[in-house]
Amino acid sequence: MNICVCVKQVPDTLDIRLDPTTNTLIRQGVASIINPHDKHALEAALQLKEQYGGNITVISMGPLQAKEILKDCLAMGADKAILVSDTAFVGSDTLATSYTLAYAIKKAGNFDIIICGSQSSDGDTAQVGPQLAEQLGIAQITWACSIKYDGAAFKVTRETEMGFEVIEAKLPLLVSVLKNMNIPRYPSVSNTIKAHRANITVWTADDINISCKKVGIKGSPTRVTRIFTPERKGKNLIIQKESAQEAVELLLRKLTEERIF
Amino acid sequence: MAFTSRETRENNISQEIWVYCEVIETELLEVSLELLGQGRKLAETANRKLAAVLIGEKVESLAKIIFAAGAEKVYLIAGEKFAHYNTDVYTTAISNLLEAYKPDTFIIGATKNGRDLAPRVAARLGTGLTADCTELSIDKETGLVSWTRPALGGNIMATIHCHERRPQMGTVRPSAFKRLTNVYRDNGEIIYVPNNILTTLESRTTLLEIIKTDRHSVKLEEADIIVAAGRGIGKRENLKLIEQLAEVLVAAMGASRALVDYGWQPAFNQIGQSGKTVSPKVYFACGISGTVHHLSGVAPGGIIIAINNDPDAPIFQAADYGIVGYVEEILPILIDEIKRIKLGE
Ligand SMILES: Cc1cc2nc3c(=O)[nH]c(=O)nc-3n(C[C@H](O)[C@H](O)[C@H](O)COP(=O)(O)OP(=O)(O)OC[C@H]3O[C@@H](n4cnc5c(N)ncnc54)[C@H](O)[C@@H]3O)c2cc1C
Ligand SMILES: Nc1ncnc2c1ncn2[C@@H]1O[C@H](COP(=O)(O)O)[C@@H](O)[C@H]1O
Repeated sequence: MNICVCVKQVPDTLDIRLDPTTNTLIRQGVASIINPHDKHALEAALQLKEQYGGNITVISMGPLQAKEILKDCLAMGADKAILVSDTAFVGSDTLATSYTLAYAIKKAGNFDIIICGSQSSDGDTAQVGPQLAEQLGIAQITWACSIKYDGAAFKVTRETEMGFEVIEAKLPLLVSVLKNMNIPRYPSVSNTIKAHRANITVWTADDINISCKKVGIKGSPTRVTRIFTPERKGKNLIIQKESAQEAVELLLRKLTEERIF
Repeated sequence: MAFTSRETRENNISQEIWVYCEVIETELLEVSLELLGQGRKLAETANRKLAAVLIGEKVESLAKIIFAAGAEKVYLIAGEKFAHYNTDVYTTAISNLLEAYKPDTFIIGATKNGRDLAPRVAARLGTGLTADCTELSIDKETGLVSWTRPALGGNIMATIHCHERRPQMGTVRPSAFKRLTNVYRDNGEIIYVPNNILTTLESRTTLLEIIKTDRHSVKLEEADIIVAAGRGIGKRENLKLIEQLAEVLVAAMGASRALVDYGWQPAFNQIGQSGKTVSPKVYFACGISGTVHHLSGVAPGGIIIAINNDPDAPIFQAADYGIVGYVEEILPILIDEIKRIKLGE
């Protein structure tokens, strides 16, 4: 089985704040990690490979530093890693990202199944998976919590508002997975060392033969026009008393006065 | 005032705002009614029409509810093949519909299926889509829809615009808005979408089974009073106090992510950015610090009452009422006093 896994590099902490004077992101010294959902996507791929044979290609679009997370993927057991990286891709929204990934995937090979995380921790849109499936012209199953294969078709269980659905699909297929699908393995030390010596293939916009009009800011129909820290201001009637009994009585008196109780 | 952009005039974009009405087993989802309510406000501000897309097997009778909820027009796609949500069939039907009638804006509820459908449709049409919005408005200068959502984990909000392509699309979180309290109208125009628009509806997937589970979700999202617990409760045993308070108040129980991470509370009780959005009238936050991640799950409009031992905890900024104190000291007294008041009634 030919498997492709899409992985994204994300900041390790999301405790990012706005500088109140400049209104820019304070993002210093934040380490990068593989998007948590994508580890589950890779684990799902590894389990399919263990059962049915085949090979796994991981693909990421991002800055050159994203080579590091691709090495982590090799350490976990992926066979091949490709980084798609070009300054032309900067500022891509989900449509431009999925367009770029689709070109890279078409160049990388013919895949039976493409596995994504349901969502990234920083973008958090859950849009790239379905948009990639559309650009590739293949079927999709989102919010998956289990993938089974019977030799001819996949049986995927997905979460819905009501509970679960079991859906059958032939190859090729894109699946986006939830974290409850599996527990990602830890790489062995020897694999980690080997992976960190590996050379990661890097493809530029030219390499995948993509029009620069359809990627990056130019290829992105949406634009972030404002970022701000939400302000939540209550009435702030805060009671601070030595005696807990007094504090509670005062609170309840106020709540009844204002007809909240 | 009505706005028309260059693109709009050149491509015959209609002035309509559309809301996708999601049906599960002949019932309209609450989020669709909420979006019709908010859609009505947008339509009024921008001087546009509000229409609904209704798709399903036997759904025509739902049109009345949709008109009452704020729409003046319903585009109806009915038939056996739409009985259950199917990515391929729904994507093609809706995309063809959008291409035929060219609305200016298309709003979808951010349910599991809504978030399966919307990105696929947006990619087919090559238009912009904003995910999981919590605020929607019309930009005064441009007339564009301002799609606002928590970004970067929720500490920061981002407003997103789709300048050129149409329709402008976004998914919107359930419970972010309230449905209209009045009946907007008793009836309106129903457009029976002609068959030539609904061609080539082939599906590459087959639904084998539906497994229904009671996921307790309804209660929390619909509760008028919620008692929520955070790390500040200290030990697991103290959850009893939270339960008791919830019981005397006839409230639902919720939690911060910290308690879900500890395994003290199930994930479906988590409130916040990566959990649920709730919109109670009264929200008790017990031992919760009040990070933006958490508070972005508590819709504005209700009252927040905080109990926290740290007078500088950010929750007190957001709170309407609060007591600086230890939960294990305050809650037993609070429970007793409320019982007394209730008995006195
Ligand atoms: C991407 C992302 C998504 C997230 N999504 C969510 C989400 O959906 N929901 C969510 O809740 N969090 C979420 N978080 C986590 C969030 O940032 C906070 O870490 C979390 O909400 C903290 O929970 P807490 O308030 O219970 O704990 P803490 O922040 O540790 O606060 C505990 C509070 O209790 C007080 N306290 C301590 N002892 C007592 C006592 N005896 N009596 C009274 N008060 C006491 C302390 O003063 C403190 O204010 C998310 C984070 C990220 C990065
Ligand atoms: N830049 C990227 N490179 C590779 N995969 C990505 C990228 N962005 C998103 N994805 C994939 O799409 C999924 C959903 O991401 P998002 O739409 O950002 O929430 C992720 O879990 C990844 O599998």
